[in-house]
Parts: sequence; C-alpha cells; structure tokens
Amino acid sequence: MAILEVRDLHKSFGSNNVLKGINFDLEEGKVLSIIGSSGSGKTTLLRCITSLETAEKGKITVNGNVVFDSENIHKLTKEEIRKNRLSVGLVFQSFNLFPQYSVIENVTLAVKLQAKNRPDYKKNKKQILDEIDKNAMEILAKVGLAEKRDSYPCQLSGGQQQRVSIARALAMKPDILFFDEPTSALDPELTGEILKVIKGLAADDMTLVIVTHEMAFARDVSDHIIFMDDGVICEEGTPEQVIVNPTQERTKAFLSRFQQ
Amino acid sequence: MFRQRAQVLCLFVTYERYLDMFLEVTLDLLTGFGKTLEIFALTLLGALPLGLIIAFGSMSKFAPLKWLVKTFVWIIRGTPLMLQLIVIFYGPGLVAAWAQDMPNPNGLVQWLASWEVFERMTAVLISFIINYACYFSEIYRGGIESISKGQYEACQVLGMTKAQTFFKVILMQVIKHIIPPMSNEIITLVKDTSLARIIAVYEIIWSAQAFIKSDGLIWPLFYTGAFYLIFNGLLTVLFGKIEKKLDYYHN
Repeated sequence: MAILEVRDLHKSFGSNNVLKGINFDLEEGKVLSIIGSSGSGKTTLLRCITSLETAEKGKITVNGNVVFDSENIHKLTKEEIRKNRLSVGLVFQSFNLFPQYSVIENVTLAVKLQAKNRPDYKKNKKQILDEIDKNAMEILAKVGLAEKRDSYPCQLSGGQQQRVSIARALAMKPDILFFDEPTSALDPELTGEILKVIKGLAADDMTLVIVTHEMAFARDVSDHIIFMDDGVICEEGTPEQVIVNPTQERTKAFLSRFQQ
Repeated sequence: MFRQRAQVLCLFVTYERYLDMFLEVTLDLLTGFGKTLEIFALTLLGALPLGLIIAFGSMSKFAPLKWLVKTFVWIIRGTPLMLQLIVIFYGPGLVAAWAQDMPNPNGLVQWLASWEVFERMTAVLISFIINYACYFSEIYRGGIESISKGQYEACQVLGMTKAQTFFKVILMQVIKHIIPPMSNEIITLVKDTSLARIIAVYEIIWSAQAFIKSDGLIWPLFYTGAFYLIFNGLLTVLFGKIEKKLDYYHN
C-alpha cells in the first residue's frame, strides 16, 4: 500500500496556476526526488502535502489518513490539520531553527510539548522527558552533532544548522520526511555533509521526498524521480529513465542545463 | 576674640538652618517622588499587557477591527498626553453637565447625565495607560512583524498550537528585539509622569513648586532633576543587564 497518495492536486496563487493536477503514489521506505526548474511548482507541492498551503482541489492521503480532500474540506478542523501534520516532517531550505534555544532544545521542544498530551504525562513526567532527551541525543549522534548539544544555532555552520533541523524533524518520528531544497542555502563545500545524512536516512529505509537541484545526488539516492514542469508532472520513473534516458523534450532541455 | 567666636557660631547656625531646610525639602520631594513612582509603576503594569492586546488588534485580519484600532492609535499618538489628561479629567463632568441641561432626556442622555468626575489619580492612570499602551503596541507590532515567516512555519510543521508557537518560540525573540525601543519609551514615561501636575496630582514637580509659594524657594524645583536622573540611571543599568543577558544568541 502506498504511504503517500496525491490525486489531481490543484493550487493557484491569484491567477497564477502553480499546480495543475498532480497525481502520484509513493511506497513506504522509498525515496522520491522531485526535480524541475524554479517556478515549476515543486516547493508548492511539498507545502500542500505538509499543510503549509491549502490546495484548491484534489486529495492527499498519508499513511491511510486523508490529510486533504477538496470534496470534504470543511470536515477537517484546525486541530485535525495540526494532528495530520505530525505524520509528515519538513526540512526547510533556510533551516528555520529557533535561535534562542540550544541544539538539544531545538530538537526536543516540539516533542516535549507533544508529550504533554499523553495521559500518563503527570505521573511519569521525569521519565518521559528523560526518554525524549535520550532519543534526541541518539538522533543528534546519527547526524554527527552529539558534541554540539549545548551550542546555539548562531554558533554553528550552515551545514551543521541544517543537520540540526533534520534531527528536529526526525525527533517527531514522521511517517514521511520532506526536504525542500535542503542544500540550496549552503556553500557548495557544505552540501556534502547534508547529502551524506540524507543517504544515511535512505539506507535506514525512511520514506523520503526530496526537492533538489543536485542531479547527481538525486540519481544516486532515489528510487523514483518526478520531473515537474509548469505545474504538471512532465516525466517520471526510475533515475535511469528520467535522468539518464529522458524521453520528453522538456526534460532533456532541463537536464542539459546541468551538464554544462 | 569674643566677636570672632560669635561669628563662627553664627555661621554654624546658618549652616544648620540650611541643612534643616535641605532635609525638609528632600523629605517633601521624596514624598512627591513616591507618587511619581506610583504613576510610573501602575502605568507600566496596565500598559504593557494592554499594548499587546492593541498590537494584536492592529494586526487583525478582520479589517474593520484593524482600522478601528489603527485610528485609535493614530489619535492617541497624534495628540499630546497633556491634552488627553485634561480630556479624561474634565470631559466626563462637562458631558454630564450638558446632558443634565437637555430638555427631554432619553435613556442615553440620562446615562450620560449620571457620569461622574474621575478621581485625579484615576484620571492620570487612565490617560497614561491608554497613551503608553498605544506606543507599546507599535513597538510590539514591529517586534512581532520582524520575526520571519519561517519561524511560524517551522512550528506549524512540528505540530505546535498557535499558543505554543507564540509563547514558546516567538515571544522570546520579540522581547529581545523590543528591549532597546522599550527602554527608551519607559525612560520617557518616568519624565512624563510630571504631566500629572497639570491636574494637581501631588507628584515631585508639584511638591517642589509648593516651596515657591510657601518659602519663595526656586532651587527645590531644580533639585527634582536629581531624582529623575538617579532613577533613570538605575533603569538604564537594568535594561543594559537585560540586553546583555539576551545577548547569548543572534537571529
């Protein structure tokens, strides 16, 4: 069963139609990369799935839960939308860490707030919080930042900040983790460390959706590639099919710009 | 020799008389300054939270509320606090007198006729709190709007509620941002308390002026400056400390 189903998704900003009917499925444990030129709707697609934007038409299902359905939109309360968001994680292009909190606090803040809803929270408070800290340290170790636990974001390099933001998203234990151009705000020499972390997650069989301009990386890490152009999926398939042997003219034109 | 001794004694007596007078003036001014501090503290207590509410109003997505609040802030910031003080103090009495003279009073007019004049201190607090809340609201608004959209989106994606987002993430950043303009405004408030004198509230300027009438002394008025200076000095040090404390991170 597909962990993510997107059906006939439409979104426009004013008279600008950004998404013109997007359909795709993603199987659990697979890595999907979405490529395409700026303005093709990749980021908007991600923002619609993570409920940062509300689409106009279509249906989105994450792990069996309907996250968005234009036929039934009024049935979703704000609280339900908030709960639905917990099944997806998003890593931003510009990190968006909380500057006043240390690395470990950034990673644990939302998890600790979430834990307050547990029925046994009052009784086992200390144990629950210790558990969260321990889990956060394991995740920080995974992204190679265990020794930075008490640093503040302003003391870290861009690559380190992005790894903290990946750890923060992972701590929520999402079903699917989305990346919105995770290396675009970084100096070229810092992109490698992020790509390495993402490869590690893919090796752990996490379901990932990555919007990226790193073609070589997308080819290496992805099970499936979607090439978007002007609000529609122009071509999709394995990396082999889309990046190595594209059939559509627009895909070829787009890729040729990267090979120069 | 006898004469010399008398002179010394005389000098001493004069000196003692000045010292007595100085102490008396100081004590009187301290009493007045107590009132000054009371106006200062109660205004802050009311205006700091009220300013936040006004700030939310001026950022409301509901256009009529937004424009109503913005117009109100414009009026309050666009007219002198002294004038507002006079309106709050004398206004209700004038309205009541006018309503009482109406030939055929309806319910509204009867209600207006029942208006009573505020106590002096109440009038001061109402006008000061409203005035400073409007200034604070603009500072809050600037602070809140300076927070990038990404901070809110990060909270949203992490499943935080609106209240958690504001109190756990946004507020601390806003506070750091607004400390410098806030300290400016608060120091201005210390000095603005002297406006209460216009409706005869016994704050420090009023108590110093009393010496002109009773003893023909002008210097107690000059002396009040020392009280303001020392208190504002303390506030400056305090705000410096808070700024330094929040200096552990940068946005």
